[in-house]
This record gives sequence, structure tokens and C-alpha cells, in this order.
Amino acid sequence: MKRAVLAAAGVAALALLPCALGNEYYVNLSSQVLIAAIFAMSLNILVGYGGLVSLGHAAYLGVGAYATAWVALRFGLGPFASGAVALGVTTLMAAAYGVLALRASGLGFLMITLALGQILWGLAYRWVSVTGGDNGLSGLVRPRPFGIDLTDARPFYYFTLVVFVAAFALIALFVRSPFGASLQGARDQPRRMTALGFHVWMIRWIAFVVSGFWGAVAGVLYVYYNNFISPHALSLTQSAEVLLMVIAGGPATLLGPLVGAALVVLVKDVASAYVERWTLLLGVIFVAIVLFLPDGLVPGVRRLWVDRIARRAP
Amino acid sequence: MSVPALAVRQLCKSFGGLPATDNVSLEVAPGERRLVIGPNGAGKTTLFNLISGDLRADAGSVRLFGEEMVKLRPDQRAHRGLARTYQIITLFPRDSLVRNVMLSVLGLSPRRWHAWRPLPGSGELRDKALAALARVGLEPLAERAVSELSYGEKRRAEIAMALAQNPRVLLLDEPLAGLSVEERKVVQSLLEAIPRDMTIVMIEHDTDAALAFAERITVLHYGNVIVEGTRAEVVAHPRTREVYLGA
Repeated sequence: MKRAVLAAAGVAALALLPCALGNEYYVNLSSQVLIAAIFAMSLNILVGYGGLVSLGHAAYLGVGAYATAWVALRFGLGPFASGAVALGVTTLMAAAYGVLALRASGLGFLMITLALGQILWGLAYRWVSVTGGDNGLSGLVRPRPFGIDLTDARPFYYFTLVVFVAAFALIALFVRSPFGASLQGARDQPRRMTALGFHVWMIRWIAFVVSGFWGAVAGVLYVYYNNFISPHALSLTQSAEVLLMVIAGGPATLLGPLVGAALVVLVKDVASAYVERWTLLLGVIFVAIVLFLPDGLVPGVRRLWVDRIARRAP
Repeated sequence: MSVPALAVRQLCKSFGGLPATDNVSLEVAPGERRLVIGPNGAGKTTLFNLISGDLRADAGSVRLFGEEMVKLRPDQRAHRGLARTYQIITLFPRDSLVRNVMLSVLGLSPRRWHAWRPLPGSGELRDKALAALARVGLEPLAERAVSELSYGEKRRAEIAMALAQNPRVLLLDEPLAGLSVEERKVVQSLLEAIPRDMTIVMIEHDTDAALAFAERITVLHYGNVIVEGTRAEVVAHPRTREVYLGA
């Protein structure tokens, strides 16, 4: 009950945000935060709930985005149809990549995901006839759901918000489901879970595919936000950034990825206007988080809050 | 003779050329209580890992009520009615006790694949979990986080997780280890209360409690079965003395 009220308040706040911000620039920035948050939430399924640290998650954002653009530009499919095809293609790719990556766990898993991600990045650069190479693909048109024009910042923000709320709710349900409990069990005690009758490999693989699907959702939004896609979307920097969002915000929490995404996007954007070496600032912030709130911002702040209340009560 | 609950034949496992289990064969009748003893490094836990599937056997056969299991994964073996406890406690420390046991019940339920509705906080899963906790006398602590439990309580929780699956064959790896005299009595009586439709194979040290519990005893030494028989036969056997007393 209390949770439902908080969730409703959160959605209302996000819905009113453009009115409070006014300036179109900040509305666009908010859209970026939400897209990054969906991307981070998708990775959190693997990293936080599955205990599988991936350094190649840009693959799903990038392929989701490239596939959308390519299908739309090459075959002239509508924006929604292109998006749907891209989601299908990317999810299938996640299914295949999952089979390869889940031959290992821990560092091995991290290295395989990194390698698979780099292959795609290389392809995006070299396969010029499809990807446009360095120039990327441009000339996309944003979708018009129910005839609403999404060209402007505000309508697009609301479109993104609807997708974000749906993603958040479905992922929340997913991690609290019996399957989510199995996934977290497989993270903490894989051997025990196997002995209890859980097929740990299959559980991880399904989580991998679901994570890839939501990554692709972020990719489709990403490409329609920019109306452009370049190999940067598939770069290692992108994979590292989203991993930092999850770790900074708090892995295995629902709000952590949103907070982490907001932190990274805002620091990147706002600070870069004032400080030339903004990556240094981002680095310092991460070091501070790791030192003082090693379990991430959301669990860390929650713990400090609980401690404070406990200290106040005699 | 009826089909044995558990039949192990010519089971072999080596680690880097060193045989840990060397041609082990044993048969456990349905409803039997079997004790496996042996000095440290005799291959007792390795044998359990081979039976449960945690380790893959190099050669040999493991049958549960006549069904060959040696090529199956551990989770498939669990679904065929095999449960085990671990010597080192492997619970989920952040979760409540009842949630730990619920996870165990969930392991054999098709509902474990449900990803679109929350894990129910009540209902059949929870009832089964609470029933298993009641069998080990931990029902009052059901909502306690596992990390707050004492060592002895954790050991009993391990047993509750295995019992919750209502296995046909239960493997207990040193269920009495590290317990105080009183706790031992509690665990002993809860093991004695397990009905005879469950077959139990237990690894323990040669304590009186363990010896009294078992009908038949298997002595392992360097990965070999050296003696098998009733308590009196095993105790009287010269090889047992040789292994334990070095004489």
C-alpha cells in the first residue's frame, strides 16, 4: 500500500517534471536520463540480480538502435514496425550471445561479453554498406503514436516516460517473482540451487535474454531520441558507463539504476558545460561512492537514513 | 529382493590422477538408514558429490530406484527424489528462514519459472515450508533472518530444506558436526522421527549417536569400501581396527 503510494507519487513527479523545468534543453536531458535508466535497469537484471558482471551491454543498446534505423531506412518500414523488428532481432542476438557468454561466470563471463561487444563495435565501423561506418545512419523520423507528433521535446519526454514506467513495473515484477527469487538464489549459492532442483544455467540464460530485450528497448528509444546512430553507441565506453550507473546507483535495487543514470547523465552534461575535464569529476565522484557508499547510492543512503532514525530514538 | 533405493556400482573419480573414489559399490535398501564412515580424506564427501551430481563421475553407475542417474545434472536428480545437505552451511543469509525453505519447495515446483507475478507470501508454498520447519522445531523462528540464527539452528534449517522436498533418498553430510550435546540430541530425535518411506544415507564420524542411528555401516578408506555390514560386524572386523587404530 505504502509502496503503491510512493510509486504513484514518483510517477506524478516525473510527469510534472517538464512543467517545473520549463526549458526545452532540460526536458531533453530528462529524456536522456530516462533512456539511460532503462538501459541501466536492463543491465541490473544481470549484474545486480544475477551476479553476472557484463562489460558488453552496449551490444543491445547499439544493435537495437542500428536495427531500428536500418530497417526503417532500408525497407521504409514505419517507426513502430522498425522498433518491433529491432526488438525481435536484438532479443534473438541476446539468446545466441547468452549461450556463448554463459559458458563462464565471473571474470570469464566479463571477458566474453567484452569481446562480443567489441566484435559488434568493429562491425559497426567496418561494415559501411549497412552501418554507414563512421558516419552512422541518419534521417530517421520519430514515431507518431495515435497521431501525436513526437518531434518536440515534451511529447517525446512523455513517450519515453510511458515506456520507462512500463519497463520499471515489469522489471520490478520480474525480480520479485519466483523466477526472480531463483535468479538471486543462483547468484548467492549456485551449487545449492542446483541441488534444490533449479536449472541454474537456464535461469541465467533467461535472465540474459530478458536483460538484452530491455537493453534493446533502450536502444530503440535512443535512436529515436537522437534520430541518428553511430558506432559510439556500441563502444566499450558505453558499456562501461552503464555498468558504472548500476554500480554507483546500487546493484540489485530497483531505484539504483535510475539514480545512477541521473548522476552520470547530469554530471556529463551539466558539468561539461563548466569544467573541461568533466570525466575527471565523474571519476572523483565514483571513487567517493566506492569509498563511502560501497554498496551504491540507494542502499547507502537508505542505510545512513535508518542509522539516523535509530540514533534519534533513545 | 526389491529394487534398491540407491545403487552405486563401480563408481570412480580421480583428481589429477589421484583416485578419490575408487571402484565404490554399495546398495541401500528402501527405508534403510545407512552410515558412511571413514578417516579424513577417505572420500566420503566426494562419494556424496558423485551421488548428488555435484561432481561428474569418471566411470560407474548411480541408480535411484533402478533409474540410471549418472549422466543427469544435479537439478534433474533432485526432481527424481534425491535431496542432500552440505557439510558447510549453504543457506541464503539475508533471507528469512521461511523464505529459505520456500525456495527449496519452489525448486521442485513448476512455479519456479513464473516471472510475471510476485512470489506469494502465503499459500501452499509457505505452508509446506512452515511444515518442514515445524519438523525440525524451528517454526517459531520462521521470520528470523538466517544470519541471526545460531550454528545449531542453521544446521537444522539445512535439514528442513531437504525435508521440505520430501525426497525418496536423503543424503546427510555430517548433520551432527559442531553441535553441542543438547543440540545433538535434538537433531538425533528429529532424524529418528523421519518416516521410513524416506531412505537416509548419512556421513558422520564414528560417534555412538551415529552408530546407533544406522542399521548398516559402510567404511571407506582411500576411496575404497573396505568393510560393510551391521554395527557389530563392522566393529569386530579387523580391517576397521586397522584403519582407525593403525594397528
